[in-house]
Amino acid sequence: MSIKTTSYYRDRYVRHLPTSFCTGCGNGMILNSFVRAVDELGVDLEKILSVSGIGCSAWIPSPHFNSDTLHVTHGRAIPFATGAKIFNNELTTVVFTGDGDGAGIGGNHLIHAARRNIDITTILVNNFSYAMTGGQVAPTTLLGLKTLTSPYGNLERPFDLCKLMQAAGATYVARWTTYHIRELRRSIMAALKNKGFSFVEVLSQCPIQQRRLFNLRPSDQLDMSSQILEMFKESTYIRHMPREENYFYIVPKGELSLSRRKVSNILSENSVEYKIGEVDRLFFGRILKVECRNIESFKKSLNLVKRFAKIGKVLRSRSGKIGLGVFVSKSSKEFTDSMREISAFEKGVEV
Amino acid sequence: MVRNSLSRICYNGEEGREMLAPGKHILLGNHACAEGALHVGCDFFAGYPITPASEISHYMAKWLSKLGGFYIQMEDEIASISAILGASWAGAKAMTATSGPGFSLMQENLSYAYMTETPCVIVNVQRSGPSTGQATLPAQQDVYQARYGAHGDYEAIVLTPWSVQEMFDLTVKAFNLSEKLRNPVILLADGAIGHMREGIIVPEKVKRIGRRCPESVECTPFDTDDPSLVPEMPVIGQGYHLLVTGSAHRSSGLRDYTPQQHRDTVERICTKIRRARNEIIEVDQNNIEDADIAVISYGVAARPSFGAMLKALDNGLKVGMLRLKTIWPFPDREIRKATEGIDNILVVEMNMGKIVREVERAVARRINVVLAPKVGGEVHTSDEIFQAIRRLKQ
Repeated sequence: MSIKTTSYYRDRYVRHLPTSFCTGCGNGMILNSFVRAVDELGVDLEKILSVSGIGCSAWIPSPHFNSDTLHVTHGRAIPFATGAKIFNNELTTVVFTGDGDGAGIGGNHLIHAARRNIDITTILVNNFSYAMTGGQVAPTTLLGLKTLTSPYGNLERPFDLCKLMQAAGATYVARWTTYHIRELRRSIMAALKNKGFSFVEVLSQCPIQQRRLFNLRPSDQLDMSSQILEMFKESTYIRHMPREENYFYIVPKGELSLSRRKVSNILSENSVEYKIGEVDRLFFGRILKVECRNIESFKKSLNLVKRFAKIGKVLRSRSGKIGLGVFVSKSSKEFTDSMREISAFEKGVEV
Repeated sequence: MVRNSLSRICYNGEEGREMLAPGKHILLGNHACAEGALHVGCDFFAGYPITPASEISHYMAKWLSKLGGFYIQMEDEIASISAILGASWAGAKAMTATSGPGFSLMQENLSYAYMTETPCVIVNVQRSGPSTGQATLPAQQDVYQARYGAHGDYEAIVLTPWSVQEMFDLTVKAFNLSEKLRNPVILLADGAIGHMREGIIVPEKVKRIGRRCPESVECTPFDTDDPSLVPEMPVIGQGYHLLVTGSAHRSSGLRDYTPQQHRDTVERICTKIRRARNEIIEVDQNNIEDADIAVISYGVAARPSFGAMLKALDNGLKVGMLRLKTIWPFPDREIRKATEGIDNILVVEMNMGKIVREVERAVARRINVVLAPKVGGEVHTSDEIFQAIRRLKQ
C-alpha cells in the first residue's frame, strides 16, 4: 500500500465537511476506516450504495460518504438495502446502523437478512445507548447501568450481537472498538469482500452520553473521548491472542483510595515488585489494576491479595471482558445469486 | 392460477415476456391485479402473506421470475414496503399488496415515499376491521387511512376498482400515475372484488409510462423548473452520488431544516398532485342528467348501488349514479358539477360513514346528503339500497 495523504481520501470519498458530529465522536474514525478499506480494495465508488436509518451512526454515510446514499426511516435500512440489492446485485451495498437502530427497532430485519445471507455489509456502531435522543436505555446497555429511562439501573440483559448474528447465519461476523482502528479497517475489508451477509460491530465512544452512562470521572491527563478509548482497551481482549498473565484487577470494596492504600501496604510489606494504577472498566467502573513484571511476583501478589480479599474482588486478566476479533468467516450460497439462477432457469437460459 | 398456460404468449414485442394474451379471460380479482402489474412492466414485488390479498403474492411469486423480475417475501409489511422503495430507487417498477393490518404497518414508510417522491404501488385489499376484525370479509373502512394514515402533509392518490376488469385497468393506471408523478399510488380494493371471478378483456396494448431520468449527473432530484413540478429521478449505481433522505432537504437531497426550504418542498409535493388532478380523477356518470336523486358509491358497494338504480328507474324514480374510480384526490368539483339541480344524494359505502363527509363538503349543504352504511362483512343488497332511495322520496 502506497502512502496517501488525508486530502487524497477527503477529496475522493468525503463530502460536506466539517461533519456535524460532536467533538471526540467515534463516527469520524469509523468513516475513516471505511474510506480506507474501500480505497484499499479499489471498490468502484459509483457502484456503492450506502443505506442508513436514524441515529448518529446514520449520519456517517449520509451525507458524508460520497457514494449513492439512502437515508431512510428508523431501523429500516436493511430492508431498503435488500430491495435495492435484489434488483441490482452489482451494487456493493453497505448498511450503517447503530445499536438502537439495528438491534432495537430493526432487530427483526437484522436477523432475517443474516438468515437470507444476502450480500450486504452491515457496520453496527454500538455506543451502548440511544445517544442522539439524549441517552436512553438500549438493547445493548449493560445490566444495571443508569440512563434517563432506567434511572434505577437497567434491568434487562444486553444483546451479544455477534453471537446473535452467528446463530442467525451471517457469513462474516467481527467485533472491534474504535481503539482497534487498524483491525477494524481490515475487518471492513474482509466484510466487503465476503459474498454474503457480513456484520461488523464497532464499540464506539460517545463523549456526550457515556460520561453519565459509565459514571466516568473527568481526568486531568485525558479528554473524555480518550478516556473512553482507554476504557475500551482495558475492557476487551482479542480472542485469538494468547492470554497475558502479568496483571490482575481489584474491584474495591467501598472507597477506591482506601483499597488502593491497603493493597499497596500488603504488597510492600511482602516485598513484591508491583505497579498499581486506577483504570475504568465497562461493567465495574473505576477499579485498581496491579501489574507485576515477572511471573513469580505476579503469582505471589495474586495470592496475597486473594488472602486479604476483604479489600475487594480479584479479577484475572480476561474475566468480565468483551471478546473482540473475527467470530465467523465462511462461504455460503448468496441470496441474490440464487434468485438469478431461478430466473435464468425459468426463462430457459443457460447459466 | 390460469389453467390454460398456452394462452400466455410473448407480448408487447418483448422476447421472453410471457403474459396473459389479449382477449377474454375469466380471472380472480387479485390475479387480474397481478396480471395488470405484469403487463405494465412491474419487475419487483415484495410482500407478506395476509388474507384477502395473498393471491396477488402467489401470482407474482410464480410469474415474476419468468419475466426477469424479482419476487421476495419479506419478514413483515414494514420490510415489504421498505424493500419496494429501495428497489424503486435502484430503477424498479415496484409493488406490494396487503390488507388493513399490514397497511397500518406500512404507514411510516409510505410517508417516507411521499417525502422522497419514490414511485411505488401499494394494493390494499380491504377487510373488515378494526384490528383483525373479519379477516376474510370485505369492507371499505380504510378510506381515510389511505388518505391521512401516514404522518405529515402530502397528497395521496387512491383508486377504487369495482370489478375484476378494473383490478387490471386501475393497476395499470396506478403504475403509470406513480411513475409519472413520482408519488406512491394506492389501489384500494376489497375482499369481495379480490376474491371474485369475472370475465375480463386484456387489451391489445397496455399503455406504459416510464419515469423521466436526468440526462446529466449534475441534476436536482428534488426540485424542477418543469411546470408539472415533478423532478427527474436518478437511479442508484449510475454515478449520481445520490443523497436521498426523509429529512427536510434541498433540491440536491442534502439535509436542510431551514423553514423556507421545507415549506417549498412540502408545497411542491402537494401542488404537483393537485395540478395533475384532472389526469388522476375518473368518475363514472350514469343517467345523472335528468335525475332527482344521485347515488354516489365506489368499489364493491357500487355494484349493488348500480342494481338499485336500475330497479328504481324501473319503478319510475328519477335516479342517477356517480361511481368514483378515484377517491383521493377527492373529485369534489366533478361531484358539484354533476349534482347541479339534484335534490338528494345517497352515499353508499361499506363503513360507518367516511366518503359521505367529503360529499357533504363538496356540495356544501346545498343538497340533502344521506348515508347508506353497512358494516359486518356483508355487501349491501340492491334491495336495501333501493329501499333507501324510496325513503328519500317520501
